[in-house]
This record gives sequence, structure tokens and C-alpha cells, in this order.
Amino acid sequence: MAVDFELIMFFILAGVGIGTAAGMLLSRSAVYSALFLVLNFGAVAGFYLFLNAPFIAMAQITVYAGAIMVLFLFVIMLLGAEKLTPPEVLPWQRPLAVVLAGILILEAAYLLFLRTPGLGEIQMPGFGPDTSPAAIGAILFGKYLLPFEITSVLLLTAMVGAIVLVRPRKQGGGQE
Amino acid sequence: MIDLALVLEWVIKSLVVIFMLLGGFAYLTWFERRILARMQTRVGPNRAGWQGLLQPVADAVKLVFKEELIPARADKVIFVLAPILTVVPATVLAVVIPFGTQVILFGRQVNLAVADINVGILFLMAVASVAVYGIVLAGWSSNNKFALMGGMRSTAQMISYELALGLSFVLVALMADSLQLSEIVEAQRTMWFVVLQPVGAIVFLIVTLAEVNRAPFDMPEAEQELAAGFHSEYSGMKFALFFMAEYQKMIVISIIAVTLFFGGYLGPFIGRFPWLGPVYVLGKVVALLFGMVWIRATLPRIRYDRLMDLGWKVLLPLVLGLVLITATGILLADEFGNSLVWSIPVVSILAGFLTVGLVDRSLRRKFNALR
Amino acid sequence: MLFDYMAIAVFVFFSTAIAVTAILLGGLFGPRRKSEVKSEPYESGMIPIGPGTRRMPVRFYLVAVLFILFDIEVVFFLPWAVSFRKLGLFGLIEMFIFIGILLVGYFYAWKKGALEWE
Repeated sequence: MAVDFELIMFFILAGVGIGTAAGMLLSRSAVYSALFLVLNFGAVAGFYLFLNAPFIAMAQITVYAGAIMVLFLFVIMLLGAEKLTPPEVLPWQRPLAVVLAGILILEAAYLLFLRTPGLGEIQMPGFGPDTSPAAIGAILFGKYLLPFEITSVLLLTAMVGAIVLVRPRKQGGGQE
Repeated sequence: MIDLALVLEWVIKSLVVIFMLLGGFAYLTWFERRILARMQTRVGPNRAGWQGLLQPVADAVKLVFKEELIPARADKVIFVLAPILTVVPATVLAVVIPFGTQVILFGRQVNLAVADINVGILFLMAVASVAVYGIVLAGWSSNNKFALMGGMRSTAQMISYELALGLSFVLVALMADSLQLSEIVEAQRTMWFVVLQPVGAIVFLIVTLAEVNRAPFDMPEAEQELAAGFHSEYSGMKFALFFMAEYQKMIVISIIAVTLFFGGYLGPFIGRFPWLGPVYVLGKVVALLFGMVWIRATLPRIRYDRLMDLGWKVLLPLVLGLVLITATGILLADEFGNSLVWSIPVVSILAGFLTVGLVDRSLRRKFNALR
Repeated sequence: MLFDYMAIAVFVFFSTAIAVTAILLGGLFGPRRKSEVKSEPYESGMIPIGPGTRRMPVRFYLVAVLFILFDIEVVFFLPWAVSFRKLGLFGLIEMFIFIGILLVGYFYAWKKGALEWE
């Protein structure tokens, strides 16, 4: 009963995830695309909840849906690029794309059904180990200390990069 | 596994909290107008019903019968969606807040919280960060340059202050050793966190004013220059939803402040009468809301560049410093005896005075340079 | 565990339902008298000038980028805060290093005038 319920929820979430991803690709307005992507991030956060990883789920919403997509929206608006112009259609590209996509699907199907033995049982991860924030902190700041500190260097690089790109006209502060 | 009683419990609790917020919103408008009037030696709305208590009902009825305009060349879908996207996060923030411990109701142990999750604080951050969409989209979809500018300004302001907000959450998490809001309240049994962290509490209150776009941080909707900002094209019920979002956010953020710094549902005799919990929360929230109205009546609006300066150059480094001070204080208390925990308020008050002094000096310097 | 999140889903559902109901009510009872002038953008009674959506200053981009970076930092802070008592002095030192590196960027931004708002 409980499993069935989870399965139903999973399929709903999966539908939302795929639908919003498709909507994001197909929509002609950049703002709509961005909104579909936000919904998609929400669906992904839902999946994290199913994997018993609430911390990652909330971080996903805070950082991706809350911060990065706001940046996307700002960029769309500051470029005034809301309406995408329809792309130039090269006549030979369309059949080629269909053929290539077909090959990709066949390849994926081959790998999934023929090469992998027994795909039936997938162990639900996460229910064993402790996923409380305290446990995550203990692992993150103990075992994965070096990657964590390197993250700060990565963030620093991004910060400097953004500042150099925007390059404010006025150097230094001081006057109004 | 999913039993019907549990689902019913969720539904009832959700509806109770939602309608509490709705009623709170309605009567907060009355409360604010009456108090503002008093502070400006006016009377305020006192005609509809005893002491004007039916005024919110009259307002609601009026707004329902108003014409709703959708400007030409506006993006209709997003224009209608934006008020919903603004009001839902404002309400959902309340879902993780504990209003008391446990009570027995119809023979069931009932938690006085809708969902007391173990990442409560992070949930608050997540919802707060999603709350900006409604505003920026309202500004964009109106096809009005003032609305767009107001929406962008408002968003930039909210995300700037979200950082200081997040860091003051960290302060509380450090002291309570938990992200779960009920545990945070329980950690204040001996002492409210405002005693240990007075500067943090003040910063939190300032930041929340900016987060909900309240005076003196209501720059994005400045009537004089932006014609009401992001919601200038909205009318009727859609406008009412924006209004509702603002007031619900005021209430919810006061509840959060109470939970994090002012002992939440704790008070005398709470152990014997768990039903007193919501009453204590209400009392403390009304006190904070009165403070917010008082601030609106007292302080003029801050200029936008000053506002961004305050967020990025004053509050952010100050809270970052407070986090380190608190962490050091906790470590000292653990190592060398519990009384050293008092180093936290002492040093942080010093840091607060230092910050105020530095701001004062820099403002004086600017003033002198202008002269 | 997951149950708490279902309660949240119920809550979100009802609060959305109320917002949608409010809008529907307004659409149902509000009058509709369209006119050309009424649907023009409101610019305090002046005749609207130029397009409604226009390009925004690049400053907003910078604010958003800086926000992302510090937001990630805050998200890192939270698990650190709740495991701090276990980590002890070690945890304090590693956080000092982390903040130190980010402060370099912060002061760079300050000196370059990226935090300045005109």
C-alpha cells in the first residue's frame, strides 16, 4: 500500500519533471523557459525527498530555483531578450536530426535492455545512513574537508570573474 | 500506511493555519491603520462596526467588485500567475512553525505544528528565495517601465538581504545545535536567544523589514518615483493578493522571529497547559507587529543606494562576524566552563557598536566631502 | 519522514487553492468595461513613452552573481552550524579558512566598486 502510493507520487513527479523539461526546450519565450526550468528544479527536489535526502532537496531549491534562476531571469531582462526569434531552418538538418536521435534511442535501449543484466531490482539508497543535517555536516567537514575548502576557491574565482566581466566604470568607492 | 485520520489531521491543521493567517491579514490592516492614525493624531477607520472592526470585511467586498485591468501587450498568463506566486510562498513559510508542544484532541496526540521537519530553517530559506519570482514576474509581465524597474529593484533588495537573513539563521542554528524549529524553541527553555544574541536579533528584525518590503525599506514601491512599483498595473483581487502577501509575510516573519529569538511558544505554565502555546505566540507576534507599525510611522524611506549599501557593506560583514564570535564563544564555553557563554553577547554588542561607529564615520565623511 | 513533506504538499495545495479562488471571484464579480486608454500602461497620467520592457542596468547581474556565491556559502554554513559542537576547534579553523578565502573576494568586490550602487 505504502509502496504503491510512493510509486504513484513518483510517476506524478516524473511526469512533471519530463513535461517541464520539454516545455523549457519548446517554449519560444525565454521567460517561460526559465519558469519551466524552475518547476523542473522543483521536481528534482521532490526526487531528492523520495531518496530521503531532505537537506539536498532544500539546498536544491534554495540555490538552483532561488538563486541561479533569478540570475537567469535578470540576464534575460537586462538583455531585453524575452522573445526568441525563430531560428533559421537549414533544410538538410531536420532529417539528419531525426536519424541521429533514432540512433541514440536505439543505442540507449540496447545498453539498457541487452547489456545490463537484471535491471529489475533497484535498491533504494538513503534509508540506511543518517541524512540529518548534523550527519551531513560531520561528513562534509570531516571526510570531505579538502573539496569543501576548494569550493571556496571556486566561488572566489567566480566572484572575481563576474566583477571583471561587468567592470564598473567607477574605480573604488567614496563619493555619491 | 496512509491512514485517513492522518490525512484529515493535515487538512484540518493546514486550513486552521491558513485561515488564521487570512484573518490575521485582515485585522492587521485594521490594526495598522488604527495605530498609524493614533500616532498621527487622527482617528482612523472607526465607522464600519464597533471601533471599525468590520472595515476589513468592507474592504474585501469592495475589492471583489472592482474591475480588473490587464494592460494591453501584457503577458496575460504570467500577469495572472504573479500574484499567486507571491502569496503562496508567503503563506507556506508558516508550515514548519511549531505553535506549541503536543495536545490531546479527540483522543489523539496532536502536534501543534503542521510539519516539523528536521531541515526547518533550510526550508524557510528555500521558500524565502522562491518568493522573489512573483514580484519580478509581476513587474515584467505588466509591460510598464515603472513596474519593471520596481520589480527588479525589489528583487535585488530581497536577494541582498536574504544573505544577512540566512546568516542570522546560522546564528540560531549554532546556538540551538539544530535546524528543526521545535528543537530551537526547546533550546530556549532556560534562556531566550535574544539574551545571548541581542545584536543578531536586531539584525534579524532589520533584515526581515527589508525582506517584506516594509517601511523604511519600501523603496521598490516608492509612490513618488515608481508609481507603486511592481504592482502599479494591478487592480481588484489581484492587487488584493499582493497586499495580502505583504501582510501575511509581516505576520509570518514575526512568528519566525518569535520562534528563533523570543522563545516561540514558551511562557509561564506552558508545561501544565500546552494550549497556552499559541496564545503566547500570538502575544509576542502582536508586540512585534506593533513595533513594525511604529517604525513605519517614525522613519522616512531610505534611499535605494543607501539601502543596498546597508545590506552588502554593513549587515553582511556584521552577521559574518557574529557567526564567528558565536562559534568561538560556544567553543570557549564548552572548553572552559559554561559562564564563558556570556562572552557572546558582550563581544557581539561591542561589534555592534563598532559597526554603528564606522557607519557614522563614513556618513560624516561623505557629508563633509559634499560641503 | 516523508509524511511531513506530504503535510507540506497539502498545505501548499490549500494555499494555492485560496489564491486561485480569490482571483476567480474577482473575475466573476468585477465589471468589464474595456477601452483603449484604460489598457495603456499607467505612467501617472502622462502619455506612455517608449516600450514597456527595456534593457536593465548590468548592476542587477552583478548583484545576482554575488548573491548566488554567498547563498551557497550560507547553505554550507548550516550543516556546519549543527555539527559544530562535534567538530570543535577543528571546525572553527576550517570555517575561518573558508570565510577568509571568500572575504578576499568580498574585499576585491568592494574595492572594485562592485558593491557601489549609483
